[in-house]
Amino acid sequence: MMEKMIFGRYVPVDSVVHRMDPRSKLMVIFLFVCIIFLANNWITYALIAIYTLFMLGLSRIPGRFLYTGLKPILWVVLFTLVLQILFTKEGHVVVSIGSVKIYNEGIKQGIFISLRFFFLILMSSLLTLTTTPIEITDGLETLLHPLKKIHFPVHEMALMMSISLRFIPTLMEETDKIMKAQMARGVEFGSGPYKERMKAVIPLLIPLFVSSFKRAEELAIAMEARGYRGGEGRTKYRQLYWRLADSLQLVALFGLTALLFLLRS
Amino acid sequence: MDIVLQQVEYRYQAKTPFERIAIQDVSITIPSGVYLAIIGHTGSGKSTVLQHLNALLQPYAGSVSIGDRVIKANQKNKNLKDVRKRVGIVFQFPEHQLFEETVEKDIIFGPMNFGVSEDEAKRRARIALKQVGLQEEILEKSPFELSGGQMRRVAIAGVLAMDPDVIVLDEPTAGLDPRGRKEIMDMFYNLHKERNLSTVLVTHSMEDAARYADQIVIMQQGNVVKQGNPVEIFSEPEHLMKMGLDVPNVVRFQLKLQEKTGMKLDTIYLSIDELSTAVREYIRKDNRL
Ligand SMILES: Nc1ncnc2c1ncn2[C@@H]1O[C@H](COP(=O)(O)OP(=O)(O)OP(=O)(O)O)[C@@H](O)[C@H]1O
Ligand SMILES: [Mg+2]
Repeated sequence: MMEKMIFGRYVPVDSVVHRMDPRSKLMVIFLFVCIIFLANNWITYALIAIYTLFMLGLSRIPGRFLYTGLKPILWVVLFTLVLQILFTKEGHVVVSIGSVKIYNEGIKQGIFISLRFFFLILMSSLLTLTTTPIEITDGLETLLHPLKKIHFPVHEMALMMSISLRFIPTLMEETDKIMKAQMARGVEFGSGPYKERMKAVIPLLIPLFVSSFKRAEELAIAMEARGYRGGEGRTKYRQLYWRLADSLQLVALFGLTALLFLLRS
Repeated sequence: MDIVLQQVEYRYQAKTPFERIAIQDVSITIPSGVYLAIIGHTGSGKSTVLQHLNALLQPYAGSVSIGDRVIKANQKNKNLKDVRKRVGIVFQFPEHQLFEETVEKDIIFGPMNFGVSEDEAKRRARIALKQVGLQEEILEKSPFELSGGQMRRVAIAGVLAMDPDVIVLDEPTAGLDPRGRKEIMDMFYNLHKERNLSTVLVTHSMEDAARYADQIVIMQQGNVVKQGNPVEIFSEPEHLMKMGLDVPNVVRFQLKLQEKTGMKLDTIYLSIDELSTAVREYIRKDNRL
């Protein structure tokens, strides 16, 4: 069940996008989220579509995987589409079935909004699919570094983030193991009436909590034993490199932004 | 109850780029009452095989029959409780599954899930506790205040109290002290004999495999590469060494002895007693000393 989730998963393929600097990728995503709201007609949406598909192509993530991973989300997109079509009452009536009237603006808005939603999801999955969690954290830490001036705990935040990201797979594995152990003792997860299902969660959650606390304690001791004492003066093992591709990617996105401004109605 | 695996294949994370074949073309027959050991290098698929024995995993290809229940690939299987009641699994580090307030509640958790009455479950809890070598006082304690070894025993008692026909053990003594290991392994063996259980043991200890098992299966990279009784298996030590596996110390001693003295015994001996008797006979017959 969990196995098919695509969110937050890194797919190790060798591609230009994978090799880019996480800082440039983060900047691109941030900007993309802003400029997608500039699109408001067919041609601007087409531009966004071309850009997204181009980036996907560059990333060389297998299409079949994207499709299975995004299938659940496609339903949400479709649902948005249907809602928009049914409840927008602008423009002229195209079809009317009984008391339900469908307007041309409704169709247009529906398509636009669901496209926007879809492209946002595609682009943000692209970030996590092509960038390891550690890279994302490093990128964020470097980008947010200036905030240190106003005493924002950038390093601690990044450390927290990388530790939690590091332990997500461990936690999933542990969940799987304990679930199986309890299933072998006759627990049935995800079936039966609600009360039973809630009760089935206890034998799973308690061992998980116990082991997480234990692990946190061990980690803290191990870090202290190796002389960790905060971010002050700490250098980095993984260096970030800004390459030509990163500049090009930003330039391309600026180009897209300019085009969107020109062509939007 | 017989368990038969027929050409079982299993893939983790099937249909994603992370797809990976864990076991392939695995056929094993576990007749009622047999003690079967599965050995193999780490990552060879032993635990994956075990999880098919009570339908925690369902085959990607092939079929598993557990008693009269057949689990096939590509079909929905409901109501697996009955199977799981009859096949108890003790996982690697089973102490991680403890969660109740008291030891007693934790031990009766399994049996009660399978519809045993509370009184009966408590009765079984006492018996199981004695079997794993713990005192009754412990019943009212919290499992989390016990030592690691005691927790392990409580977890094992929780599986024994289910009163399964087949007991499946995934390295049940990993991380225990030598004496505790022997106690637990002997306990499982006695139980196996007394209750006429089938037992499947995954182990890295060739000593244990040689001492307890009737049948041994060797796995390598997801395949079964050899099956046979312990004498057959350990008669080809070079074969085992090539797979990164060891032979029991007794066998190693016999081989060394033969190499150094030119002595030729007709078979491999798996216990010190048998070997020393054989050596004595050999010496007597040849009148060498
Ligand atoms: N939950 C999982 N997800 C993905 N791959 C897995 C998972 N569990 C096991 N595998 C893979 O399947 C293969 C077989 O694993 P398995 O746990 O059955 O080996 P094992 O023989 O029990 O090893 P060990 O002696 O270390 O316990 C390994 O290559 C492992 O990496
Ligand atoms: Mg294992």
